[in-house]
Amino acid sequence: MSGPRWLVPLALLGALLVAAPLVGLMARASWGELWTLITAPESLEALALSLRTAVASTALVIVLGVPLGFALRAVHGRVRAALRAVLLAPLVLPPVVGGLALLYAFGRRGLIGAPLEDAGISVAYTTAAVVLAQTFVAMPFMVVSIESALAARGERREAIAATLGASRTRILARITLPALGPALATGAVLAFARALGEFGATLTFAGSLAGVTRTAPLEIYLARETDPDAAVALSLVLLVVAVAVVAIAYRPAAMRGVR
Amino acid sequence: MRLRALAALGVACAAALSACAADAAEGDTLTVLAAASLAEVLEPIAASFEDEHPGVDVIASYAGSSDLAAQILEGAPADVFASADEATMDKVADLVTGTPVVFATNTLTIAVPSGNPAVVATLADLADPGIVSVICAPQVPCGTATASLAALAGVTLTPASEEANVTDVLGKVASGQADAGIVYVTDVARSEGVEAVPIEGAEAVVNRYPAAALASSDTPELATAFVDHLSGEAAREALAAAGFGIP
Repeated sequence: MSGPRWLVPLALLGALLVAAPLVGLMARASWGELWTLITAPESLEALALSLRTAVASTALVIVLGVPLGFALRAVHGRVRAALRAVLLAPLVLPPVVGGLALLYAFGRRGLIGAPLEDAGISVAYTTAAVVLAQTFVAMPFMVVSIESALAARGERREAIAATLGASRTRILARITLPALGPALATGAVLAFARALGEFGATLTFAGSLAGVTRTAPLEIYLARETDPDAAVALSLVLLVVAVAVVAIAYRPAAMRGVR
Repeated sequence: MRLRALAALGVACAAALSACAADAAEGDTLTVLAAASLAEVLEPIAASFEDEHPGVDVIASYAGSSDLAAQILEGAPADVFASADEATMDKVADLVTGTPVVFATNTLTIAVPSGNPAVVATLADLADPGIVSVICAPQVPCGTATASLAALAGVTLTPASEEANVTDVLGKVASGQADAGIVYVTDVARSEGVEAVPIEGAEAVVNRYPAAALASSDTPELATAFVDHLSGEAAREALAAAGFGIP
């Protein structure tokens, strides 16, 4: 299907709009110093923190997001529509709004943060706050991925297993989860990428301290003012990761082993 | 005074300069790129300049000084640059006419949430691990000034976060997420939900605001006149009222 010919110039324009900024970023990079800039202590510290927090967030997203995907299938009608709208909101929420929302929930004076603070537990300015912010924005990818995978497959095998006397947990572990493997992987990869790129919520909510809360995007934000070359170098690292992640998550079905 | 609306228009003007010139048929347009901390105070100053120069429209565009310097280096069409520090003005030294004139100064203060819940009294309190403090990162001008002041006072600060700009510090303090932050005196004056705790010896670290006419200006006389106006009587009054120091 190639469509009418007049689609071509519009498609080219669209491609230009998306590709030009990426090329622009590459054009500004000082390639000779790239390795030095990326391996500078501040850059490495920020990248390492980003990697650690994104892995932790992805683990949280799997543990909490998969059950949420199931929950979404378990309810019906308007309840499902409403629940889905709430759960997927972080996906389209402006990052700074997400940050404010987290602040008023888990901040030192927040709905949950204030009682926690009184109990001697402080989330603010810790690496845990970064993971919290990343999980908040990354969770929808897993929920939507699991929900649509569940919707796409029938429940015949589960029904058979149930008539054979298998427990619900056994059915989940032996039949449903293995079948959801590809969806789970896609959800996890996208969640990881989103966590790695999280900026607004972290900046508003977690703060920015080297090695504790200053992830790669925050280091880029800071370096932009003082060391643009370093900012561009770090940006390129995140750009490569982003492109790789999308290539993996949206690889052709044939390569995913879908039956 | 249509300053705010015109600030947005200024961006459009960058794209279509000729169209804007046609709009201001009755006179000239003066584009001023000014540091974000000047946003409120520049409005009355621009208004008094417009009164003295009938037919002239002052369009102000506000951003962080570093961002504005970058815009000038990338060829943004503008007439006057007012920076929040001299180091940033130095970056565009090749693109200004005449010597930059320092028209205002600013000093640091401790900002605390209204009511000062953590009872912060001195700079030394910010070294107390029980007090959550937020400062500017040493890479940016307000952070450099903070570091100098702390060094002079012999205090080792223990910040919970080092932000990229004053606005982010203020946000953390105003929301109560931090017990104290270090910002400029004028930042507290223009913010709600925060109050100032003066720092003893703060006058030892002074931030100086230079302004200069840009070489790319189409109206060099007007641009120079505006730079002079910043040091004039009307401007001095407005600046002092906003908490700025006058050199």
